[in-house]
Amino acid sequence: MPEPDAAHAHQFESFEQQRDADTTGMWTFLATEVLFFGGLIVCYTFGRFSFPAAFEAASHHLYVGYGGPNTAILLCSSFTMALAVRSAQLGRRKALVGFLIATVLFGIGFLVVKGFEYHTDYVERLVPKWHFHWDGPDAGHAELFFWLYFVLTGLHAVHVTIGVVLLSVVACLGWKGKITAENHMTAEISGLYWHFVDIVWVFLFPLLYLIGHR
Amino acid sequence: MSHTVVSLKTYIATFVSLMVLLIITVVVAYVDLGELNLAAAMAIAVLKAVLIILFFMHIRYGRKLTWVFAGAGFFWLAIMLIFVMCDYATRH
Repeated sequence: MPEPDAAHAHQFESFEQQRDADTTGMWTFLATEVLFFGGLIVCYTFGRFSFPAAFEAASHHLYVGYGGPNTAILLCSSFTMALAVRSAQLGRRKALVGFLIATVLFGIGFLVVKGFEYHTDYVERLVPKWHFHWDGPDAGHAELFFWLYFVLTGLHAVHVTIGVVLLSVVACLGWKGKITAENHMTAEISGLYWHFVDIVWVFLFPLLYLIGHR
Repeated sequence: MSHTVVSLKTYIATFVSLMVLLIITVVVAYVDLGELNLAAAMAIAVLKAVLIILFFMHIRYGRKLTWVFAGAGFFWLAIMLIFVMCDYATRH
């Protein structure tokens, strides 16, 4: 008798079919995520083209010194995630767990930098509504930029946090030997989620940090 | 096939390309290209996203059905953005 973990779920004919269903299901979820963030990107597009001067001036108050290294951290985490999935496919248990832990640490590093950045934003009175202070012209539209900045990066940070928890769980499963070369989809679809979160940041970084620097 | 094991070399090449593109996008942002700054930044972001989707997310090795499911979300987003941009492009 094969162990329960070694068998594909009973509604599928084979591991092959189960893997295809897993991949398709995850991409369906990611499509909803694209439109979830997409709606906010459309709000940003509206603001960027309606009030270009205010948006560029506001963007100038964000530090590329925070956003740039954080982009690099997330790209590194995507790299280690890809290697983790590869280790899972090859049935290398220790490498899988090691790369997952590296990915989780990069994720936590991103959140720590983000925390310091939010603190700086707070000290510089850039938090909308709370105690927002703007010396330049068009304070209202600058405040609108910071609404979008906090909603977009906040929502993204929530996704990173979920990813950190998710990958920690996957690392535990991997350590217990529940992820095998044949049945590695837990690692694969968690990886899809993590890479998606990285892609969101790839767009947020230039839109929020770089438009005001020329 | 979702089970294709991608070579280490491909992953490293993807990662290095992403880091180079990150440096380029930061450098370009400090050069005044007028309206082209936004276009350049977005072009680089799209390129980075495509690299991640094709290689890290294994779409390059996926079945046609996965291409359709992955493309659908971005396709609707494109419609949403293009319609908004049409409004701004035709305003006087």
